Amino acid sequence: MLEYLAIIFSAILVNNIVFAQFLGICPFIGVSKNLDSAFGMGAAVTFVMAVATAVTWMLQHYILLPLGLGYVQTIAFILVIAVLVQMLEIIMKKSSPGLYAALGVFLPLITTNCAVLGVAIIVAQKNFEFFHSIVYAIATALGFTLALILFAGIRTRLALVDVPRPMRGVPIALISAGLLAMAFMGFSGM
Amino acid sequence: MNALQVIVDGIVKRNPTFVLILGMCPTLGTTSSALTGMSMGLATMAVLICSNAAVSAIRNVVPDKVRIPVFITVIASFVTILQMVMQAWAPALYSSLGIFIPLIVVNCILLGRAEAFASRNSVLLSAADGIGIGAGFTLALTAIGLTREFLGTGAVFGAQIFDGRYGALLFILAPGAFIVLGLLIALFNYIKKR
Repeated sequence: MLEYLAIIFSAILVNNIVFAQFLGICPFIGVSKNLDSAFGMGAAVTFVMAVATAVTWMLQHYILLPLGLGYVQTIAFILVIAVLVQMLEIIMKKSSPGLYAALGVFLPLITTNCAVLGVAIIVAQKNFEFFHSIVYAIATALGFTLALILFAGIRTRLALVDVPRPMRGVPIALISAGLLAMAFMGFSGM
Repeated sequence: MNALQVIVDGIVKRNPTFVLILGMCPTLGTTSSALTGMSMGLATMAVLICSNAAVSAIRNVVPDKVRIPVFITVIASFVTILQMVMQAWAPALYSSLGIFIPLIVVNCILLGRAEAFASRNSVLLSAADGIGIGAGFTLALTAIGLTREFLGTGAVFGAQIFDGRYGALLFILAPGAFIVLGLLIALFNYIKKR
């Protein structure tokens, strides 16, 4: 139990996927303009990342490794993730329209979210066990959601501030993200 | 539209990092020194030239509905080739760039150029676009790496300019990546406006 708590805290705070590992930066910058969409994106990523990690773990350990096909990992993983996202979209549309209305718009964006493929590859590289992988994936996604929500809060304030013209938009957002990353470094004991 | 113009546009007018603001993950993750930044840029450029040319060559054969999965497969194939080549010939570089090499597959620049340029233009022009955008990306990553390495350790491409003990360590660490990139985009905007 204690071991899993350590994984969870490390993945959310110490090795935060956005601030320490630089994955999922595009949605972090793109979908953080208001709190509602930040929350929706975070929930969608958590869902997809958990399912994608489970499926790619099984693919890696039951198909690719026994057949000696480790070198097609990149192609296999990205295709599986793309198909999976498409399938989730169809299933969600039919079975739970409410959830689809909330998360649907974010799903196509997630296929090319490098955090999803990144976590699948990290889990394969570090040779985690199955349950360990799922916990790691969910905790990482929660870390992503936390970063996104914090940043959306900052950006709604930032929109009201008079910023020098060349700094408007992405540059000032990146610098704010840098300050937030500095705060997160406190968790790793700087 | 000639090939040379396409290359120049890719470096300046359509610079993937400073103008289009695409491919942020490797831009932040691999630029703690000028050398790693430049290597990442060149690796991406190699895949981009090949994938652009291949996508352009098959553009009239692929049905419109399945074009995105086809493009992703083409890109992933070239990334796998790159992974194998780097593991064989440059294992040290491969391990220092780590996870960002397989993640070239989900770099939005590649799919973006395949969709916006290569699926509409000839093979030669698409390859030229790959060279231009790739060079723009490489130059941007090298500039960011150079700034971070110089401010953080006092070195330029590993050659010591001032004593490393006076370097601001922050610039090598994660926050420095965000701050330097933000400042460089602002500088690019400022120069462009004048």
